[in-house]
Amino acid sequence: MGTFAYFPHTEEDIRAMLKRIGVSDLEDLYSDVPNAFKYKGEYELPEAMSEQEVRGYFENLGRKNVQLKVFVGQGAYDHYVPSIASYITSRSEFLTSYTPYQSEISQGTLRYIFEYQSMICRLTGMDVSNASIYDGPSAAAEALRMMLASSRKRKKLVLSSAVLPHVREVVKTYMKYSDAELVIAEDVLAELGPDVAGVLVPQICKHGRLKDLDGYAEKIHDAGALMAVYCDPSTLAVLKSPAEWGADIAVGEGQSLGLPLNYGGPYLGFIACKKEHLRKLPGRIVGQTTDANGKRCFVLTLQAREQHIRRERATSNICSNQSLMCLWATVYLSLMGPEGLKKVNRLSSEGAHYLYDRLIATGKFEDTHKDKPFLKEFTLKPLCDVAKLQKALLDGGYFAALRLENGELNFCVTEKHSKAEIDELVKIVEDL
Amino acid sequence: MKYYDKLIFELGRKGRSGYSLPKSFASAPAVPENLARKTPLELPEVSEPDVVRHYTNLSQMNFGVDTGFYPLGSCTMKYNPKINEEVANHPLFTGLHPLQPRETVKGAIEMIEGLDKTLAEITGLKHFTFLPCAGAHGELAGLMLMREYHLARNDFARTKVIVPDSAHGTNPASAAVCGLEIVEVKSRADGLVDVEDLKPLLGAEIAGIMMTNPNTLGLFEREIGEIAKLVHDSGGLLYYDGANMNPLLGKVRPGDMGFDILHLNLHKTFSTPHGGGGPGSGPVGVAESVLPYLHIPVVSGFHGNYSVMMKAYAYILMLGRENIKMAGPLATLNANYIKESLKDCYKLPIPSICKHEFVFDGLINDGAHDDVPGATTLDIAKRLLDYGFHAPTIYFPLLFSQALMIEPTETESKETLDEFIAVMRKIAEEAAEDPNILRSAPHNTPVSRPDETTAARNPIVKA
Repeated sequence: MGTFAYFPHTEEDIRAMLKRIGVSDLEDLYSDVPNAFKYKGEYELPEAMSEQEVRGYFENLGRKNVQLKVFVGQGAYDHYVPSIASYITSRSEFLTSYTPYQSEISQGTLRYIFEYQSMICRLTGMDVSNASIYDGPSAAAEALRMMLASSRKRKKLVLSSAVLPHVREVVKTYMKYSDAELVIAEDVLAELGPDVAGVLVPQICKHGRLKDLDGYAEKIHDAGALMAVYCDPSTLAVLKSPAEWGADIAVGEGQSLGLPLNYGGPYLGFIACKKEHLRKLPGRIVGQTTDANGKRCFVLTLQAREQHIRRERATSNICSNQSLMCLWATVYLSLMGPEGLKKVNRLSSEGAHYLYDRLIATGKFEDTHKDKPFLKEFTLKPLCDVAKLQKALLDGGYFAALRLENGELNFCVTEKHSKAEIDELVKIVEDL
Repeated sequence: MKYYDKLIFELGRKGRSGYSLPKSFASAPAVPENLARKTPLELPEVSEPDVVRHYTNLSQMNFGVDTGFYPLGSCTMKYNPKINEEVANHPLFTGLHPLQPRETVKGAIEMIEGLDKTLAEITGLKHFTFLPCAGAHGELAGLMLMREYHLARNDFARTKVIVPDSAHGTNPASAAVCGLEIVEVKSRADGLVDVEDLKPLLGAEIAGIMMTNPNTLGLFEREIGEIAKLVHDSGGLLYYDGANMNPLLGKVRPGDMGFDILHLNLHKTFSTPHGGGGPGSGPVGVAESVLPYLHIPVVSGFHGNYSVMMKAYAYILMLGRENIKMAGPLATLNANYIKESLKDCYKLPIPSICKHEFVFDGLINDGAHDDVPGATTLDIAKRLLDYGFHAPTIYFPLLFSQALMIEPTETESKETLDEFIAVMRKIAEEAAEDPNILRSAPHNTPVSRPDETTAARNPIVKA
């Protein structure tokens, strides 16, 4: 055989190992596979590339992507990514480890997950957070499942139609195969009744406007249901936390905590809840304890909730987390601290309001949500030719004015965007 | 490894910060009082050097594949090539917004199409959906596809799925989450699915069967041809749990065995790093019959864990058609080599040729005598940590009380395996002489055995 960088075996090694096993050929190791199932064709795969060729291949692919200045949000935000976040998360002790089953040699992973859980609790005001799951939309679906599991008899779940469309689609998918009845409503409170197990509402609607959730918790709880709030954790530095709104569960997308856009993933779904619901919380949880010598240490805990014990009685099949992305967010939040995170919100909001004012001034847009406040993201009704507008923006190097389901256009500004970039965007609009 | 006992919250001082942000150039209205946060936000207040040193110290209490041998069964802890990281972190990809128009992400889409094509070729299936973010997520999406297939035929009675008793724990859990009832099929004494036990279970209520081949004992289900025929004849579908795909890489294609739906764990078979528990990627592939439904289950928000997919594609391009043929056989060679080298010290319940992994059922001589209890599988695992190895998967599969599941992967050298074998033999000797050495292990790690009972009874889950 030829040599390949990832396979250490020499021909002599192979011979010696086969001898120990008591067979004469590598093929003998597949004597248990019926001949009919052995693939005899030549795999139609590219020939092996050298590392240099692989690098060049992706470089070429990358050049086929148009590099744009991103002025769209909708659940994925172009916040600044500090160099420390990618530096720390690329350390191979973190990167190349598995789920921390052997806690004695996994204290690094366990500690940062514990820190992550603590930070999510502090942001949301909740008592307990899991170690994260796949992304915001799947976390929303799990939160609804959790509310269903908390109430044995009630089978109805209410989802606000104000959630982002990608959240709605994932929730619909999950619910389709369960015995729950999913109702998607604009006025979630009007759906309350003796059969409703839980309600999920966003703190910021799909049009970027801040919702006033005053009185929701009281009405939902009075009707015997639970309340989950979908939120953007970055904005919780300045916005009322889900706990302050009286929610039982806080859930959302952690990508805004310094994770790159990465064409949609990997991101970071979080779920946190009040302590009464701890045993219904899906996913991994890290807890603090002591070792045999009394030293503080950390372990995966409450595993009796998980499927590897309960098997078919499981209420969730999640057996992993987005661990490295937790680390990413934890490092980000450590760097930012309370003041930095507030500043990110302030700068984003200032940029967004500057863009908003200038766009309105062009006379080419109308705000149909006029009195509703926003932070970094807003939508406007176009009074101009949308196709022409979008093309001009793309040609000018901007991804902005994404058309939403209601025909309005989405804009989003973060602390990454300079005044010059916004002015240039506005100029493109003005020149239409 | 050195014990380090700080939490980031314990490093901070009021007024310290680790951020660097641009200057303000405009103004914005304050958040209205009724919507504004009232509770103080207690995040750490630390400098950038504090952050770097803290997390570097934490990393030094962690064991990864780059640190040493990681024979964790069913997890395929193979080497994670660094070129994969380099290409996935390329700024020409990392800055792409998931909702960008297609004409601006041609390179990104070409990558997905290339990966789809190569995975289809490797597995013998038609096409893949890349939305699932992990193996269990793939199982869920795959079972949704199984349901869609039957629903499209107005076959509403098929609400049960057959799962072998040796299956990964996520199989029945995913089925339950997908609204399916679980029917268990037994394994025979030789560790394979009992075809005679299967036959009476099949019928008009069965949506399909979930199988892992090779199974969790590392054994190839050689009657898969007959099983596939029985299941298909009864109107059901076959689901392939791809967690154990590695030994079949370059040798056997699940599609050729009759599987209709499968998930792959890109973080196992295709070398992407596990990241301490994720992110993974669990794409689901389907045969022609299931293809019309492939895009119905929308299980994640955008396009799945995109950068993980890039890493897997880089790996496939490095392997190419020449080297892929050796991946499975070398993984299988390594597993059988360890098995044959240790079966005189450790109980080997099923002696046949294994694939990428195998299961011991504890020590032959665990050292128990008089009132002294013997060393268990947990003790063996902990003692291995003292010798600088990660432990195998323990107490799984559930078929054997002292299960010790070992998977070396193809990227480990004979020298590493020989060192591991020598240590396993030494541990067996230690157990025979004085099992307490094992029972009190680990002795050389940053912390000793944690008190898990207290952790679960009085959960402390935040600082």
